[in-house]
Amino acid sequence: MKAPSFSYVRPESIAQAIDLINQYGDEARWLAGGQSLLAALNMRLAAPSVLIDLNSLPELGGISVHGDKLIIGAMTRHAEIECSPLVAQHAPLLSLAMPHVAHAAIRNRGTIGGSIAFADPAAEVPACCVALDAVFVVAGRGGERRVRARDFFLGLYDTALQAGEMLLAAEFSGVRPGERVAFRELARRHGDYAIAGLAARATVNGNALRDVDLAFFAVDTKPVLATHAVAILQQGTVTPERVQLAQQALAQDLAPQDDVHYSSAMRMQLARVLLARAVSDLLQAAGVQESR
Amino acid sequence: MPQESRGATVSAAGRRDGIGASLPRTNALRLLSGRGQYVDDINPPRCLHAVVLRSPYAHARIARLDVAAAAAALGVVRVLTGRDVAALCDPYVGVLQHVPGMQSAPQWPLAVERACWQGEPVALVAAATRAEAEDALALIEIEWDELPAVTDAESALDPATPVIHPELGSNLCFERVVEAGDVAAAFAQAAHVVEAEFVTGRHTAVTLESRSLLADFNSADGQLTVWHSTQVPYMMQWIIARHFRLPETQVRVIAPDVGGSFGMKIHIYGDEMAAVAASLVLGRPVKFVADRLESFVGDFHARGHRVRARMALSKDGEILGVEADDLYGIGAYSGYPRGSANEGLQVSNLVCAAYRRGAYRAVTRAVFQNKAMYGQYRAVGHPVACLVSEGLMDLAAAKLDVDPAEFRRRNYISPESYPLKLAGGPVLEKLSQHEALEQLLQMMDYRGLRAEQLQLHKQGIHRGIGLASFVENSNPSAATYGQGGVSIASQDSCTLKLTATGGIVAASSITECGQGGYAVIQQVVAAVCGVPFAQVKVVLGDTETTPVGGGVWGSRGTGICGEAALQAGKALKANILAFVARLQESEASLYDIRDGRVIDASTAVLVMTLEDVARTAYFRTDQVPKDFQPELTVTRSYAQKTWNGAYTNGIQASYLEIDIDTGFVKMLKHWVVDDCGTIINPLLVDEQIRGACVQGMGAALFEQCLYSDEGQLLNGSLMDYLVPMAGEMPDIAVGHTCTPTATSELGAKGAGEAGTAGASAAVLNAVNDALRPLGASVAEIPATPERILRALGRIA
Amino acid sequence: MNPPQPVTEVDIALTVNGENVTRHVPVRQNLVDFLRDTLGLTGTHVGCEHGVCGACTVRFDGAIVRACLMLAVQADGTDIVTIEGAATADGNGEIVADLQREFHQRNALQCGFCTPAMLLTAAELIAVRPQASRDEIRTHLSGNYCRCTGYQSIVDAVEAVCRKRAGAQP
Repeated sequence: MKAPSFSYVRPESIAQAIDLINQYGDEARWLAGGQSLLAALNMRLAAPSVLIDLNSLPELGGISVHGDKLIIGAMTRHAEIECSPLVAQHAPLLSLAMPHVAHAAIRNRGTIGGSIAFADPAAEVPACCVALDAVFVVAGRGGERRVRARDFFLGLYDTALQAGEMLLAAEFSGVRPGERVAFRELARRHGDYAIAGLAARATVNGNALRDVDLAFFAVDTKPVLATHAVAILQQGTVTPERVQLAQQALAQDLAPQDDVHYSSAMRMQLARVLLARAVSDLLQAAGVQESR
Repeated sequence: MPQESRGATVSAAGRRDGIGASLPRTNALRLLSGRGQYVDDINPPRCLHAVVLRSPYAHARIARLDVAAAAAALGVVRVLTGRDVAALCDPYVGVLQHVPGMQSAPQWPLAVERACWQGEPVALVAAATRAEAEDALALIEIEWDELPAVTDAESALDPATPVIHPELGSNLCFERVVEAGDVAAAFAQAAHVVEAEFVTGRHTAVTLESRSLLADFNSADGQLTVWHSTQVPYMMQWIIARHFRLPETQVRVIAPDVGGSFGMKIHIYGDEMAAVAASLVLGRPVKFVADRLESFVGDFHARGHRVRARMALSKDGEILGVEADDLYGIGAYSGYPRGSANEGLQVSNLVCAAYRRGAYRAVTRAVFQNKAMYGQYRAVGHPVACLVSEGLMDLAAAKLDVDPAEFRRRNYISPESYPLKLAGGPVLEKLSQHEALEQLLQMMDYRGLRAEQLQLHKQGIHRGIGLASFVENSNPSAATYGQGGVSIASQDSCTLKLTATGGIVAASSITECGQGGYAVIQQVVAAVCGVPFAQVKVVLGDTETTPVGGGVWGSRGTGICGEAALQAGKALKANILAFVARLQESEASLYDIRDGRVIDASTAVLVMTLEDVARTAYFRTDQVPKDFQPELTVTRSYAQKTWNGAYTNGIQASYLEIDIDTGFVKMLKHWVVDDCGTIINPLLVDEQIRGACVQGMGAALFEQCLYSDEGQLLNGSLMDYLVPMAGEMPDIAVGHTCTPTATSELGAKGAGEAGTAGASAAVLNAVNDALRPLGASVAEIPATPERILRALGRIA
Repeated sequence: MNPPQPVTEVDIALTVNGENVTRHVPVRQNLVDFLRDTLGLTGTHVGCEHGVCGACTVRFDGAIVRACLMLAVQADGTDIVTIEGAATADGNGEIVADLQREFHQRNALQCGFCTPAMLLTAAELIAVRPQASRDEIRTHLSGNYCRCTGYQSIVDAVEAVCRKRAGAQP
């Protein structure tokens, strides 16, 4: 399984990178963490003519806080996010999710930008971004624009990134008063792609949940906000009966497909279970649970 | 002055003399430092790299094949087609002559007219680098006429199903019936009958080092050297010589370090044979290393059985009879040279073999399919027989409302019955079932766990305890292959030589693939000869430098080659003492060897060091009496000829918890008590058992090859075929009972496969133990979360 | 300044196991093939080439990575440690040596194919979490496939090194 021939270029600035992607268009691929791209190349599932290496652009790295926003550069490694005190403080949902992203060696290279741009339906990071209503900073020939995460993921490996664009950073608006987060995924083995997963946040007041965001992943071609289930959870207080109603309402939010590994019925069942357990997590004092 | 020898290595836990000592392996040190030498680490000058084009279809005729563009590609030296290789290599047929009616069609290394499984090699490209060879593959022009594929074993024999090889008349490879007593009467009289249909997934070995072969034909002198990641260099030597029509003495096969095998690397593979052909044609080294994706479709698969089984019981819970109908789908050809029959042979022999099973009837059928080739994989058939046996036992125990451990105890073979001849050929020499059970129940605190299980059940936590008694063959005789006309040795040999400074080199016919073959020979020789462990060097795996033998498979290495090493050690010691006695003009019985020194047996006073012995024999022949020639190189051989195999026994237990909302199973702990007779190195045996158990756990919960109706392997990558990883595996406690076999002086039986034989059954029984209060059960492995949820009725 | 142009071959200069290395490499060559085939450091193994089995793990600028998922060209200007130099490398060298001894004593390797990667992976855990629990050890090693041992002896060995090193701290 050796990669096919391609050429390689290492831009020295973002402007150069954008020039290159516009020059080579569909023939080029970004090399970020490479943890998905190189596997695809080794299996000859991808055959780009040019790889544009983003690993020498320090301006794409870094975790910082500006005002009320946490800004994570697109080339920030998962491992750095995993042990960042800034992330733990301002976007703890990401901190909870990181240990579930593959394994340590992968996290040492994989990047948040790569995960967002690749948009694997079973990936943790896109779901967290959707749950947190993150905003992505995108750059192209025409300059910068911002896209809400909730508008960014369109389908299977399909995003709102246009030809000639690259991801610069992800912005998170910080933790609200009384806000708790929960993250759960179900996978056969630690580090595997999730069969079903849920990135959740809510404002918790005793037994009442408000401003709830439930972003399910691995049950559709992209992360899905379970708005019908949320509407039920946000009424009154959380009781076993309310949770059951919310679980039933998931049928209106999620439509997983049968595939070779799991039936849609299975994924729905797991989604229902995740909902109940994440709600329980949110109501717990610490709000942090193991995901199995 | 003779040099003092260094002291023997003393292990913390074991005996000083080598047998029974848990000594760390000498030959593991280089592996820890990254200085191992696996086939792909060997890079002779001008070595070419081979890749093969594989059929994308399960069944298709090659309509057109044009390799001209590929042959002209950058870096490519040669492209071989099926016809090119067929001109060099005689076809092979994988049948055992002693399995009546067994049939298979002739097979060539590369498909000639049609491909019969998705992944079958069709053409080989040899190029300067692997990358260039892969580039050239894309330039091969090939057109296919797709043919209907046979992919369902149940309907493979239906009249409407196409026959893959019309000349065979049907898709039946073989069928066998094993019978004893009157099974119909047993079921007619039964007060209770329990039955189930058991299904096992198709599995693949997933060795971390994929199949690798480096062939180097020197056209100047006609010598062919093959470095092969194999368990059986002599078998390979014979087959390569036979099929490529080369004098056997001109073929040398070397097994260097092998990165795992588990039975998968004892078969003949077309891509490997084609690489040999390429080297023969080109007169230069050609290396073939299967990559991971092609390993999934190229390696021999195993398991994949459907067994309908039932048990008849008297009202007192005595087993009156057992009946089993086994069906399994193999590939389009029976594997060569061992055939694809052994799984079925074992299953049909061994259902409920651990028990007084009354009347018995077992039928096994192997049918051809357009799927990957099929053959031996760790414990061959035993895991399936055990799954069925132990599943039936638990069903019976539940029906009779008897504790499962107690039910087993009551029905084990009575110790007075040994040796016990079973229908179908196995003879159980002597087992230690009752003892093993008692030890297991104590190790695991069975009563305590049952109490805990009950307590937790009240809290809505669902735990299961599963038991599995098993028998496992080892030390096979010629009955397995030789009698079937297959040129695989059932004997092994060990040649010892005393070196000039008093060390011992032991050249032996087994191989090392991580299981400890080296250590076993080393420790036996050290123990018997009376030399420090570190003073014995072992040479394995090279047909040129070791005596002929069978290699490792069927848990035979320790029992058979260990005995050869023991006898050789005794002979060398006797020769040394006879020599010393002659020099001393005394009697050999007055001397002994300890710590590499010949001593007075009664006073322990030094007489001569072994270095002195060697120096005298080799350099100072003037000091040796004229009528005496010391023989300090000896060879002894051994074959197990008493029974078809030396059966071992054991019992395993699994403790696990099921999340009944998600169907996920968490294995909490596992226990094994195994009886493999004399143990040479307890550390190595216990670790073999653990590794083998985890393979069985993989089978129970995770592993299955998923095929589409069209014969496409759907999950052929490491992301999709779920092998056990550290996060999900439990700790495994291991204990032993010890019943040495009387068939050898060493008394050692095999232990390498025992863990796999019983683990899936123990885990499945534990799953069902947890599900039973909920009225659910699963009889198919892997017992995936989805299957468990369906059994519970949680999903449709 | 001229923008860089795509190339199919490059010169790279890096440090491998403390030695300076310069080579001319095809850009499509991955790092594990570079180490094995170009530099002859065959202690790092290839098991899957899709980043799942972990057999190709090496240390890259101080952090473990899958060498099958990196290109040789990405190693330009970096510091790489493979198993051949791991026991004497700065930083984790002692940990690797301790692990080698424990693995040997406990037979935490059989065929040895996963072993170099296991050692490097375990060493990184011990370096950042010297008090790692058995569960944490299992989780951290869950990206390294072993078919022979069933993992327990490996976990035991890693745990033993943690304990010994904790005992050795003042």
